Amino acid sequence: MAQLAEKLHPWVAEGRPAGGPRWLQDLRERGAATFTSLGFPTVRDEEWRYTNVAPIAAAEFQPASVATVGAAAVEALPYAGATALRLVVVNGRFAPELSRLAALPRGLRAGSLAAAINGDLQADSEMVQRYLGRLADFSSRAFAALNTAFIEDGAYVHVPDGVVLEEPLQILFVSAPGVPVVSHPRTLIVLGERSQARIVETYVGASDVQYFANAVTEVFVGESAVLDHYKVQQESDSAFHVGSMHVNAARSANFSSHSFSLGGKLVRNDALATLDGEGAEVTLNGLYLADGDRLVDNHTTIDHARAHCPSHEVYKGILGGRARAVFNGKIIVRQDAQKTDAKQTNRALLLTDDALINTKPQLEIFADDVKCTHGAAIGQLDDDAIFYLRARGLTFFEARDMLIHAFAGQILERVKVEPLRTALESELYARLARDLAEVDGK
Amino acid sequence: MLEVKNLQVKAEGKEILRGIDLTVNTGEVHAIMGPNGSGKSTLARALSGHPEYEVTGGTVLFEGRDLLEMDPDERAREGIFMAFQYPVEIAGVNNAYFLKAALNAKRKHHGQPELDAVEFMQLIREKAKDLDIDQGMLTRSVNEGFSGGEKKRNEIFQMSLLEPKLAILDETDSGLDIDALKVVSKGVNAMRSPERATIVVTHYQRLLDYIVPDFVHVLSGGRIVKSGGKELALELESKGYGWIDAA
Repeated sequence: MAQLAEKLHPWVAEGRPAGGPRWLQDLRERGAATFTSLGFPTVRDEEWRYTNVAPIAAAEFQPASVATVGAAAVEALPYAGATALRLVVVNGRFAPELSRLAALPRGLRAGSLAAAINGDLQADSEMVQRYLGRLADFSSRAFAALNTAFIEDGAYVHVPDGVVLEEPLQILFVSAPGVPVVSHPRTLIVLGERSQARIVETYVGASDVQYFANAVTEVFVGESAVLDHYKVQQESDSAFHVGSMHVNAARSANFSSHSFSLGGKLVRNDALATLDGEGAEVTLNGLYLADGDRLVDNHTTIDHARAHCPSHEVYKGILGGRARAVFNGKIIVRQDAQKTDAKQTNRALLLTDDALINTKPQLEIFADDVKCTHGAAIGQLDDDAIFYLRARGLTFFEARDMLIHAFAGQILERVKVEPLRTALESELYARLARDLAEVDGK
Repeated sequence: MLEVKNLQVKAEGKEILRGIDLTVNTGEVHAIMGPNGSGKSTLARALSGHPEYEVTGGTVLFEGRDLLEMDPDERAREGIFMAFQYPVEIAGVNNAYFLKAALNAKRKHHGQPELDAVEFMQLIREKAKDLDIDQGMLTRSVNEGFSGGEKKRNEIFQMSLLEPKLAILDETDSGLDIDALKVVSKGVNAMRSPERATIVVTHYQRLLDYIVPDFVHVLSGGRIVKSGGKELALELESKGYGWIDAA
C-alpha cells in the first residue's frame, strides 16, 4: 500500500490547484485521497478487464499549465467550424479569446467553470456548488477521482428554465502542443425545466506528443427538458483519453447522446445515464473507429430508477489493423422502474482478421413488468450483400465502401447538427479509406 | 449471344452441373425447367459469376467473349442481369441511391454520361409506375422489410432500369400471388426485343403462361435431358417430372 501510494504520489502531488471556496477544496482533497487509495485500475478489475491502463500509469506527464493555441491553429482543427457558438477550453482552461459566445440567448450561461465557481455572478457559484460533483461519483472510479482532485476550470453551461438554445453550442477541448501533459477537463451542464439545447463536446489534440486527457462531464437534464448531446473524440493518434459522462434525467426529460470516437491511442469512454423521473427518455448511441494498434473501450450504463421510462442504445464499431475494442453495455432496472422499455444493440464490423472486440451486455433487472432487449452482432461484411451489389455492376471496392458507409450511416444520420455531420463523415471516411488501402495492400 | 458448352459446376464441393450445352440467340426467350435439385439455379448463379459456384469445366461465350474470365460486376456492366431468387436485404443503403449507383456504373462503363439526381428521379418515376413500385419502396433500404412480392418486383424494376442484353430470372415466380405474377411478367415482356434475350428459370409452368418462351429445356441431374418448344412446358405440367427421369 505504501509502495502504491508512493508510485501514485507524483500524480496528485504536483501542480494541484489550491484556493477557491472551502467546499471545492474539500472536494479536491477527497478526490486526491480516493485516487491514492484506489490507484489505477488493473485488468483484475472487472470494469477494466480488457483495457490495460498501465501505459498511462507508467507515462510521465506534467500537469497541464496555462497554455495557448493560436487562433489559426484552432480554426484548422477538425470540427472547429462546425458550430457558430463555441466555448474553447485549452489544456483544461477556458480560453475566452478563442471562444465565440456573443450570440447566446438572454439568461443562458456558458463559459469558464472557474469563473462560475468564483462567483462573478452569485447565481452561478450557487449553481456550481449545488451540482458539481453530485453525479460523478468517484468512490470506485480512479480516473474520476483524479479529475476531481484537479478541478479548477473547464466548461460551465446553464440553460435556465424554459430557455431554448436554438443554435448548437460546441465545447471544444484542445490539448496544446508542447511537452507531454495531463489535463483534467471538467464540464458541468445544467438544463432547467422545459429548456432545450444541443451541445457538442469535442476533444482534439493540436499536438503530436503523447498527452493524456482525463475528462469528466456532469449533465443535469431538468423536468421536461430536452438535450441533444454529442461527444466527438478525435485526440491525436498517440494520445490517451479517458472520459466519463454522468447524466441525470428528471421527469419527462429527454436526453440523447451521440458518441463518436475516431482518434487516440488508448481510449475509454464511460457514459452513465440515470432515468430519475417517470417518463424520462434516454438514447445512447455511439460509433467508433479502431484501427492501427489503437484501443477503444466504451462502457455504458443506463440506470432505470423510475417507472415508465424508455431507453434506446445503439453502438457500432469499425475495427481494422490490429486494433482492439471493448463494448460493455449495462442496463439496470430498479425495483420501482416498472414499465421500463430498454433496447440495446451493439454491432461491430471487423475489416481484418487481427482486429479484436470484447463485448458484453449486462442486464440487472429487479422489476418484473419490464421489456428489455439486447442484441450483439460481430462480423465481417456480408458476402451475400457484396455479391448482390456486384451483380448490379458495382466493383468489389464500390460495394464494400457502400456497405461500410451504410453501417456507419445509421449512426451518422442521427446527427442533427448538419455541419458536424458533414465534418464527421469526411474525417471518418478519410480514415477508413486509409485503413482499407492497408487491407488491400496498396 | 450466349454459348454455353459442356459447362460443369461445383457448389460446396459437390458436382451439380455435369455438362450443359445451351445456345441463346438475341430475341429469344428460353425457359429452364426441372425438379428441385436438378441444377437450374446453379446454372443461373454460375452465369452471373457467384463466387460460391466453381466452374470446373466447359466454356461460356457472351457476345463472343469469354464470360468466365469476367468478374460478376463486369458481367453486369456488359449487360447480364440476374433477378435473384432470394434478393438480399441491405440495411442502410437507400434503394434509389443504390439504383443510381448501379445505373451510372453501367453508363460509365459504356462511355455514356452519368445521370444526375434530377434526370435519374425522372427516369425511375416513369419505370416505377409500370411496375407498381411506390415512392416508399424507393426511399427505404434495399429490400429491407420488403414483402416477398415487393422484393421480386424490385428485381424486375432494377432490370427495367438497367436494360440488360441478357436477363436471367432465377425462380422469380416462386412465392408470388397471381397479381404480382402478372406485374412481374408485364415487366419482363416489356423488355422483350430483337436485341435482347431472356432465360427464365422456373419450377412451374404457370409463369410461362405469361412469359411465353421460344424454347423450353428440362434439366435433370445436372444435364439438359430434353429440349423443345413452349408445348414442352405444358406437357411437364400435366405429366410431372417423373416421366423425364424415366425416359
